[in-house]
Amino acid sequence: MLEIQTPETIMFWILAPVAVLAALGMLLVKKAVHSALLLAWVMITLAIFYIAQDAVFLGIVQIVVYTGAVMMLFLFILMLVGVDASDSLTETISGLRPIAITAAIGFGGIFVSLIGRATIGHKPYGLEFANTNGNVEGLAQKLFSTYVWPFEVISALLVTAALGAMVLAHHQRTIARPSQREQSIARFRTGSLGGAAGLPSPGVFARHNAVDVPALLPDGSAAPTSISATLKARGDMLESQSFELGEVDNTVTEEK
Amino acid sequence: MSPYNYLYVAGLLFTIGAVGVVVRRNAIVVFMCIELMLNAANLTLVTFSRINGTLDGQVVAFFTMVVAACEVVVGLAIIVTIYRSRRSASIDDASLLKR
Repeated sequence: MLEIQTPETIMFWILAPVAVLAALGMLLVKKAVHSALLLAWVMITLAIFYIAQDAVFLGIVQIVVYTGAVMMLFLFILMLVGVDASDSLTETISGLRPIAITAAIGFGGIFVSLIGRATIGHKPYGLEFANTNGNVEGLAQKLFSTYVWPFEVISALLVTAALGAMVLAHHQRTIARPSQREQSIARFRTGSLGGAAGLPSPGVFARHNAVDVPALLPDGSAAPTSISATLKARGDMLESQSFELGEVDNTVTEEK
Repeated sequence: MSPYNYLYVAGLLFTIGAVGVVVRRNAIVVFMCIELMLNAANLTLVTFSRINGTLDGQVVAFFTMVVAACEVVVGLAIIVTIYRSRRSASIDDASLLKR
């Protein structure tokens, strides 16, 4: 017979709302990085749930595989792809959001009422008997006897996935890489000599020389090509005009 | 408290993940919502393993984790490939079949 102790009840009523709120926050926050961090939190909560439910091995695997490997992979890809307009929360297909929320309420309602009404035919047993020799030993017993064939198939799947990722990530050039001389000639043939010397470097000399300030053109306007498009998209750009010299002492003192 | 409460949490998490797949536009966030749905299914498996007193549910949850890891690897590689050719990680921009 399964007896749930008070500490587990307290743990559940603290962590379950937090997990659901974090999952909701994942939908509502704008930046994908924040979504990833909230998802990592949900996964850690689930790992605690697994350990509380006598699935110690799965709890550890959850932390190592999901929060360790999978979430790091997600953050890595986010770093590669960077920030673009897909982060915005505006609705592109009109009427999609109300339909999605209505469908979700319907699905969730059916799911919850189904669990509320379903009976399993016996009282919950608990895993004390199954885990008598330890959770890992019990799992190994199952994995290498009843489930040995799925286990082998899964290993084949892992190898196939690794190969597939390598094939997808492989980038084959369809044209030969242009040499330095060809690139130099192409720069001069663009029509204007403006690009021949390369893009202007950022920064307003002497006042603020960092990469977040566009350089000034001779007429005093900001040069848009001088700063990275990512910084512009992220809104981390400063105005060059704020670094203008206010009062310059133009008077010439004569040396005696 | 009964162990069925874990099933309610799993159901809520699964529903939230499903809404995220439909509503969000960034392909990576959509993918994270799919992961959330897989995790909710895993929580159900572990809870039922405890209710039934056998370890079979945990073994299947373990297999689900491996499949999810494979899926992440291939899916993220696809996202990177699409980003490389179309310069966008938005799922609205990958609409070649429509035109």
